[in-house]
Amino acid sequence: MTLWDTAPWLIWSIVLPLSAGILTFLFRRAAPWIGIITTLGSAVSVAALAGQVTHAGPLRYSVGGWGVPLGVDLRADGLSVLMLGMSAVIAVAVSVYASRYFSDSDATDKHTAQAHQRAYFWPLWMFLLAGLNGLFLAADIFHLYVTLELLGFAAVSLAALAGKRAAVAAAMRYLLVSLSGSLFFLFGVAILYAAYATVDLTALAGKVQPGPLAWSALALMAAGLLIKGAVFPLHFWLPPAHANAPTPVSALLSALVVKASFYILLRLWFELFSTVVTPAAASFLGLLGAGAILWGSAQALNQTRLKLLVAYSTVAQLGYLMLVFPLAQHVGSALTAWSACIYFVLAHACAKTAMFLAVGNIAHAAGHDRIAELDGITQALPLSVAAFALAGISLIGLPPSGGFIAKWMLLQAAISSGEWGWATLILAGSLLAAAYVMRVLWHAFTQVAVARPLHRVPRTMEWSALALSLLAVLLGLMAARPVELLRSGAPVSIHAPGQT
Amino acid sequence: MTLEPYLLYALAGVGLFAIGLEALIARAHLLRKILALNVMGTGVFLFLIAIAYRSEPLADPVPQAMVLTGIVVSVCATGLALALAHRVQTTTGRMELPENDEFDA
Repeated sequence: MTLWDTAPWLIWSIVLPLSAGILTFLFRRAAPWIGIITTLGSAVSVAALAGQVTHAGPLRYSVGGWGVPLGVDLRADGLSVLMLGMSAVIAVAVSVYASRYFSDSDATDKHTAQAHQRAYFWPLWMFLLAGLNGLFLAADIFHLYVTLELLGFAAVSLAALAGKRAAVAAAMRYLLVSLSGSLFFLFGVAILYAAYATVDLTALAGKVQPGPLAWSALALMAAGLLIKGAVFPLHFWLPPAHANAPTPVSALLSALVVKASFYILLRLWFELFSTVVTPAAASFLGLLGAGAILWGSAQALNQTRLKLLVAYSTVAQLGYLMLVFPLAQHVGSALTAWSACIYFVLAHACAKTAMFLAVGNIAHAAGHDRIAELDGITQALPLSVAAFALAGISLIGLPPSGGFIAKWMLLQAAISSGEWGWATLILAGSLLAAAYVMRVLWHAFTQVAVARPLHRVPRTMEWSALALSLLAVLLGLMAARPVELLRSGAPVSIHAPGQT
Repeated sequence: MTLEPYLLYALAGVGLFAIGLEALIARAHLLRKILALNVMGTGVFLFLIAIAYRSEPLADPVPQAMVLTGIVVSVCATGLALALAHRVQTTTGRMELPENDEFDA
């Protein structure tokens, strides 16, 4: 065993961004470089951690050596490693993009506003990453609450970064929603502690029994997470908050931040409350997902602004994640449904980040993001339109993209358990996604004689969008490893919830 | 069945949470919404403090530690919310959120 194999890598994915948050605040000129180096360093530590978990199974680490119940424990299993990996990849791409986005001084009249955004983007983004990684590594439900709040504060501040009227109002609404969601979650934590005198996830998992206390805790926590995760019909705050933020922030909020709430819901549902949840509750969440897919896609089709279209597409895609709850009801298809939904999270994160970055480039070049006026944009920005199209392929679920594999596994789970309703819904959602992606490309590919004078888009910004969209498409070709990693500590292999 | 004192406080905590939630949804003024969130938070804290007193004679320190952490979080949240609310007022001239979503050009 070398030092590399035994080092506590999981701690570095929190410590590095946390220190960088302070450093980027102190050394503003060097902030983009500090940010990029930190995200690279954090990615290395996640890769090393992935190696450890693959070889030795789930890990546990006591911060400061205190241990339960006094100290805070961190733990990493297949699911947390995949989530950390997702945030690491997105983090590098977004940091590279942002290093140019905030320093591009094309618009000299907005110079002061831009300097202000640059000064605060980096510290807030680093704190966001620290909160996110801490959340994915949390081993107890109170730690989950604290990291959820850290994440929420950074996310709200980033959403308000543009400082304009609409952005500030959207951020205020986001904050109110986020805080009330966290308080619901905290109330659930308090009830669980009252009933079982522990907050440790593993210890609780063996103790939670069906009863009024467990039901009320589950209801409160699920309600809080559904509103923070923007699950239909509690999604009302998401489109304005995501669409009014600066481009890198929109990408982070849509790709990573909403997934954090879903991750917690997944942990609670399949680990903590596996004996408490009922098929009816699972179907209810599935129905919310169905509503999200149909309503979100319909709204995306109706938008006249590109950023809003992408934001509503997030609402729709989050609906797919909810389908894991009904589909994992059947013992035979539980593992397929579970893997499908995690894969969906990864594929959507890459595709949605790429899409938001591409849309940012288009809006930057054209000076607006009105879909109907984007004729001929392909001639000016071939790379960004290609990135948009490739990301769209993954969102629609065409082979060989990551979205295709995820939807394929979801369909497999639905069909093998005879759930034809869910299978139809998955296909209908794909058709709707195809419709709204095509609508944009229709305008983008229209040839016009003379392209209007466009702002220059830095090449780094175009390439980081394209790289992520390629990754989203290629994810389908390398599905085996992540799916195998997922089995490390997967809670569904032995039994399905509601059937024990 | 007698109502134990700690249970009374715990139920009061639930009541505060409900009152706060009602105000958060029903009141339009941002300051009232922020106060409502604080009342909800206080409800949860009261609940936690109450259950700490189940174990006589010494109180359970873990919920108390949680409340301390919760207070720190709640102070930060209130600070951020007040700063944003002030910003909403300076940009829109009103201490309320607009009825319909707006989008900057």
